[in-house]
Amino acid sequence: MTTLKLNGRDVSFDVDPETPLLWVIRDQLGLTGTKFGCGIGMCGACTVHLNGRAVRSCILPAAAADGAAITTIEGLDPNGQHPLQQAWIETQAPQCGYCQSGQIMQAATLLQDFPQPTDKDIDSVMNGNLCRCMAYRRIRAAIKLAATRMGEEAGHE
Amino acid sequence: MSKLRQHADDASTFAMSRRGFLIGAAGAGLMLAFARNGLAATDPDKTIAEGAYEPNLWCRIAPDETITVNIIRAEMGQHVGTALARILADELEADWDHVRIEHVDSDPKWGTMVTGGSWSVWQSFTPLSQAGAAARTALIAEGARLLGVAASACTARASVVSAGAKSISYADIVRRGKLSRSYSADELKAMPVKPPDQRRLVGHDTQAIDIPDKTDGKALYGIDASVEGMVHARPVIPPTRNGSNVVSVDDSAAKQVMGYLGHLVLDDPSGTVPGWVMVFADSFDAANRAVERVKVEWTNDDTVGISEKDILDHGAELIADASTGAMVFNDEGVDAAFASADSTLEQTYTTASVLHFALEPINALAFEKDGIWEIHTGNQWQTLILPVLAKALGVDESKIVMRTYRLGGGFGRRLNGDYAVPAALAAKALGKPVKMVCTRADDVHFDSIRSPSIQRVRMAFDKEGKVTAMQHDAAAGWPTQVMVPSFMPKGLNDQPYDPFSISGADSWYTVGAQRVRAISNDMANRAFRPGWLRSVGPGWTNWASECFFDEAAHKLGVDPVAFRLRLLDATGRNAGSAPNAVGGASRQAAVVRRLAEKTSWGKLALAADTGVGFATTFGQERGMPTWIACVAQVHVDRSTGMVRLQKLTLVVDAGTIVHPDGALAQIEGGALWGASMALHEGTTFLNGQVKDSNLDTYTPMRMADVPEIDIEFLPSTETAVGLGEPATTVVGPAIGNAIFAAVGARLRHIPIRPADVLAALKSSAKA
Ligand code: FES
Ligand code: FES
Repeated sequence: MTTLKLNGRDVSFDVDPETPLLWVIRDQLGLTGTKFGCGIGMCGACTVHLNGRAVRSCILPAAAADGAAITTIEGLDPNGQHPLQQAWIETQAPQCGYCQSGQIMQAATLLQDFPQPTDKDIDSVMNGNLCRCMAYRRIRAAIKLAATRMGEEAGHE
Repeated sequence: MSKLRQHADDASTFAMSRRGFLIGAAGAGLMLAFARNGLAATDPDKTIAEGAYEPNLWCRIAPDETITVNIIRAEMGQHVGTALARILADELEADWDHVRIEHVDSDPKWGTMVTGGSWSVWQSFTPLSQAGAAARTALIAEGARLLGVAASACTARASVVSAGAKSISYADIVRRGKLSRSYSADELKAMPVKPPDQRRLVGHDTQAIDIPDKTDGKALYGIDASVEGMVHARPVIPPTRNGSNVVSVDDSAAKQVMGYLGHLVLDDPSGTVPGWVMVFADSFDAANRAVERVKVEWTNDDTVGISEKDILDHGAELIADASTGAMVFNDEGVDAAFASADSTLEQTYTTASVLHFALEPINALAFEKDGIWEIHTGNQWQTLILPVLAKALGVDESKIVMRTYRLGGGFGRRLNGDYAVPAALAAKALGKPVKMVCTRADDVHFDSIRSPSIQRVRMAFDKEGKVTAMQHDAAAGWPTQVMVPSFMPKGLNDQPYDPFSISGADSWYTVGAQRVRAISNDMANRAFRPGWLRSVGPGWTNWASECFFDEAAHKLGVDPVAFRLRLLDATGRNAGSAPNAVGGASRQAAVVRRLAEKTSWGKLALAADTGVGFATTFGQERGMPTWIACVAQVHVDRSTGMVRLQKLTLVVDAGTIVHPDGALAQIEGGALWGASMALHEGTTFLNGQVKDSNLDTYTPMRMADVPEIDIEFLPSTETAVGLGEPATTVVGPAIGNAIFAAVGARLRHIPIRPADVLAALKSSAKA
């Protein structure tokens, strides 16, 4: 039995320890916002947070997440109003949208590490997230917009 | 090219001349719908109650003021619902805040359902505008009656009809009024629409309706579909697309996988998935792992030995044989002009196999419920795959419904809905719902790839360097021939051809006597199933012709932009015509001039080994030109052959722009697709299959590769044309020409690899 905290909720399940966390989240726990793209850790569509760090859930055995706190796109913000999500809408970043859960989850940890990221920071952290629609320009703009907003908010506190 | 457009029209129920328009009661609301042939004169309420309408879109005004617009086009990132709804809502004078969209399931009442060819807005603009105007007229008439004023005293704005101080909302009219009107096809055609300067939604920006759900995980794609009691499946994909036959299956090792349920060799009356074995389990993960442990043996035909070089060599032979192919242009005097030319230029260009690689791997959920087969998946061309599904399942088409989901990328892959067939066959055999998900490698191995292509381009010049003749021969696998041969028009020599695979070669340049020959590469057609991939033919024909124009300009010692402008003289068949190509080549020339001005063409001082290249195309189809031009700036590392794309500047004339920000997104994505195919993608067909199957070796453009981009739309109120594909057609040749400008290396093959650049540098040093 594997137990973890998913979006703040305790969940436990019984699976083959080899089963990637992605399929537990999607098929067993029913949260489909996390996507399957490549299955080899190279597209980022399946990105979730494990104890606050972005991981590729398609190659993370569920057993390795035992006891961890997992956050998916559904849990990033209770109302879907994380500054990144707002910026994603404001810049109209998504096209087909399939990569965007992963992009946003990756960007969330980017902004933790680099609250005011340079283009180089964005390039190096976001390069692992493929956007097949090539909405990269807007993804970059959305990250910068969210960083500015979050910086302003932090300044007011 | 009227034939081409005819086909596009048939494909889309664009032929609005045959349809009238109805307004009548539907439940507690008001329905606006296109009528079927001849029905417009009958009682609208009755017609609507009977469902006897044939809309390509209908719209409902509810008493609570919600206006729901039904969309038959697939949402795959182009925000098509938003654009189509705004066309109608603008003429309707609807309050945009009340407008909702709904993507509908397949049903014969919708007519042909296809989303591709950059057609959606182009086909729908006029009928939707006129429908909106007709509905507004009716609402004003009824509103005036309820207000006790003359209709001529009323105006409509934001879902309210007003006359002086009096006003009534559309919702109130629906609640209190008696609206039942029909417009004949002729009345609808004569229905005046607003002059462009009075448009309040079209041409003005808005947020796309589909976007918020794509930021919080709510958007549902085919891969998210589920139904109680479904069995999970993953296929074992055979070694070749055609000609694979299962000899034996050994699943003894799979039995150790917990949850493994068994396997099935598919028996497919439709012939879509020969040699397929489906593996079942109680979860996708288990099915996935079981597949890795199932051993299948096949017999194969000769396609298992076919590789990319064989296909291109065969293409070259076909081109060398003057008797092959269909003549799309074949002017008098081509051969004579070449025979008497002062000089000629001939070059051969090739493009490699390209994968769609939509990020959502193909998948489908199929089950039978109450005698109806339900197919849950994302699809771009329901009308194409429904008859195939009917054949596979042995039921009538009326017994199948395709449920609509978001597409995690289309790019033409999902025009071909073949992936629904194995799920349906398995569900039938098992008597249970089956959800098939392909892994990335499965998806790639079952892709309908962009065929490799080979092309020969020749030009004849007189003593003054004037172009007297041009010939463009293109050989490639033809998706339309393989999947929907009825769509093929006939060439001038009576040979049918795939219009989408030659489009682009039939250019708007005036080049003297012109011959365009489209050749089907039958070896490609057998070795794999060629697919329509974002822009189809123009993705390769323009690679050849726009690189060639650059080479011809250099041969003549003329500036490549000046050379093009000289040929874009808008004479003869290039003068253009209403409604789709008003101005003809003069509009392409305008785009070229604006881009040259914007980029200070010819005046820029650039760093060493840095260069700019120019290319221009008419987008997707001669019958629906989107005028576009691109300047690419690259830096080439002479020691490694690495090309760094620094900047793309594009100027576009796509006529009327409905949703400006959405249009911009389409050009951004299309341009980067063009760049990605030129520099980062491309695979090789090897022994019956593509060589690359995942991101470890297939490497589309990433964030760090993205150049600076500057896109400008020329203001226009001409017919709205396509946006999804045009930018993909122009960027590749602009890059190729930029590399030549930077370091003198001429590349004639895409993708452009560093080794090719090094080789070209070497040969240019020798020359
Ligand atoms: S699906 Fe996990 S990285 Fe691609
Ligand atoms: S929006 Fe389609 S893959 Fe990124």
